[in-house]
Amino acid sequence: MSTTTAPAPAQTPERRSGFGTAFGRLARAREASIVLAVLIVVLAATLTNPNFLFSADGYRDLWLTPSLLALVAIGQAVVLITRNVDLSVGSILGLSAYLTGRLFIDLPGLPMIAVILIAVVFGGLLGLINGALVAFAKVPALVITLGTMYAYRGINVWWTGSDRINASDMPKPFLALGTAQILTIPVLTIIAVVVLIAVAWWMRNTRAGRECYAIGSDPAAAELYGLPVTRRILTAFVLSGALSGFAGVLYAARYGTINSQAGSGWELDAVGAAVIGGVAIFGGVGTVWGAAIGAVLLMTINRVLPVIGVPDFWQRAVVGVLIIGAIVLDRVLSLRQHRKLIEGREAKQ
Amino acid sequence: MSATTTSTRTTGLRPIAEYDRPLWQRLLLTRETAIIALFVIVVVAAAVIVPNFGSKITMTYLLLDMFPVLIIALPMTAIIVTGEIDLSVASVVGLSSVLTGVLTQAGVPFGLTIVLAIIAGVLCGAVNGFLVTVVGLPSLAVTIGTLALYRGLAVGLLGTTAVTDFPAFWTDLAKEKIGSTGIPVVVILFIVLLAAFAILLHFTRFGRGVFAIGLSPEAARFSGVDVGRTKLILFVLSGAVAALGGIYYTLRYGSARGDNATGMEMQVIAAVLLGGVSIFGGRGALHGVVAGVLLIGVLGSALRLANVTSDVINIITGVLLIAAVVSSSVLAAIRSRRKSTRKPRLVGTGPGNA
Repeated sequence: MSTTTAPAPAQTPERRSGFGTAFGRLARAREASIVLAVLIVVLAATLTNPNFLFSADGYRDLWLTPSLLALVAIGQAVVLITRNVDLSVGSILGLSAYLTGRLFIDLPGLPMIAVILIAVVFGGLLGLINGALVAFAKVPALVITLGTMYAYRGINVWWTGSDRINASDMPKPFLALGTAQILTIPVLTIIAVVVLIAVAWWMRNTRAGRECYAIGSDPAAAELYGLPVTRRILTAFVLSGALSGFAGVLYAARYGTINSQAGSGWELDAVGAAVIGGVAIFGGVGTVWGAAIGAVLLMTINRVLPVIGVPDFWQRAVVGVLIIGAIVLDRVLSLRQHRKLIEGREAKQ
Repeated sequence: MSATTTSTRTTGLRPIAEYDRPLWQRLLLTRETAIIALFVIVVVAAAVIVPNFGSKITMTYLLLDMFPVLIIALPMTAIIVTGEIDLSVASVVGLSSVLTGVLTQAGVPFGLTIVLAIIAGVLCGAVNGFLVTVVGLPSLAVTIGTLALYRGLAVGLLGTTAVTDFPAFWTDLAKEKIGSTGIPVVVILFIVLLAAFAILLHFTRFGRGVFAIGLSPEAARFSGVDVGRTKLILFVLSGAVAALGGIYYTLRYGSARGDNATGMEMQVIAAVLLGGVSIFGGRGALHGVVAGVLLIGVLGSALRLANVTSDVINIITGVLLIAAVVSSSVLAAIRSRRKSTRKPRLVGTGPGNA
């Protein structure tokens, strides 16, 4: 299997200090180009229809819509960085969302925070099952999470049946969480950003986070070097499961109705968001920032298409072109960098 | 020193020592035999326990429903053997289904429609193959992208509308049975394709190249296998067969819709892996895959007849898939442990002999 071992953009050879280069590095970073793409998309939509940005609903949706997918994509990015993949995230989201609703109905005395915690821990446990199967049986995550995607969704449909949970079944303060805003910024977005900052800090500055990159770059070397590969992979999957579970809770709060199909298809959107955001599907490269911005781009395009006159049926095609464009770009950049490094070596000799 | 034991882990390559075992053991103790045995057990058990399962009509519907998965699993087997994957097949089914509908609606003769839909499938496969082999991208990423792209084109072309008017001759043919046997006519097409892929994969130079690539692309390249061309051909075949599946799907259900066969890629891949093909590449056989597809089909059909709902079938499919891959990896671990404890005796290396 071909492996792309492109070094992260942050590791460019020149290391001059000063504001100029720091700005240059920021501008060259993959994340910057996606932010630019988001801005262009928003601008195009706003020029066509000012309501897209300048109405209260439009402005709020701009923040709100990507927040849930961003949470799932952050977890997916961490899993991808360890050279694994989690296809079960959509099913975990659906199960946790339904569990949230059931807890409110069946145990009315339970405080809201406990319900949220239970659903997050439940998602984490489902992630732990994935992680344990991947890490201990040494089977590719693609196969395991394909299996658990089926199994979790099956359990969800079995449990839910044709039942659905409606907004009237859940307490008002909980539903308010889905629409509340602080300083015009929706609470769900603030939550997503806080999680993003925490996970980004963890990936960048802690030993565990750096080891995730090392494992993804070269699993065999990480094993030989004595890194706790099993534990890190477990952590990545638990994190992915817990974040999907958390997204499930927020899904319940935002949409108010939960049926057995909640979150189906999200796995591809999450992988797509991460890949568009510069996370390499074969591990070791990328940031959770990128994945989150990728989620913003995906969901914003989804809303923009009808505004600029394209029927939203074409949304998936646009997503496909974006994913392919992103991985081709990665490939081109890594080839160029590879050539530059070789030239640099030859110039020194 | 223990190069053989490590390679069992990563490639599914069986160590030479295993060929010491008698022929009957080698033939009977394989993943393929296990899955065929399981298939036979499930069929017999279902025929005995589930009322109406043994009837002709059940078998007919089972084969009609499984046909697209059966044929798409053939090229998928070859692709996974090379260590790649094609997640876009169900989207190609959807796209060719929509094209069949759109072209029929435009008054194109149906024979030409079929040809054009298959050409579209070939193009879809060629795009995948080009991105994987020429641009050098991982197939998992490429086909996640084209999964969205081809599905998007299919949904975009028809929106939420559907084309339901097709020539009666063709829709009848898709459901036609051979005489009074209850066996659908399309089974003949499947057998032809199976024979073609079996010969291609197991009896030709090309097929040996496919397995060689899966075991080690570098070694395959050095021994004269054109790795890029081989993979490109396989992706094109996969696209063509998926398009055929799309035309069939349209005729069978008399409806061309953008969301036809959504999620079928997962069914195909689950069946192929259940049939003993290693996800690491280099190992697999078509008889196991056919048994894998039929096993999932029979299990689903029997459970449905026994009034078990489709969600339980999904749970079982998932657990079965995990059990199949985990069991083989656990068995390999046990075997390699046993071998490594036995090794010093066999090779005769004393302690301290590096």
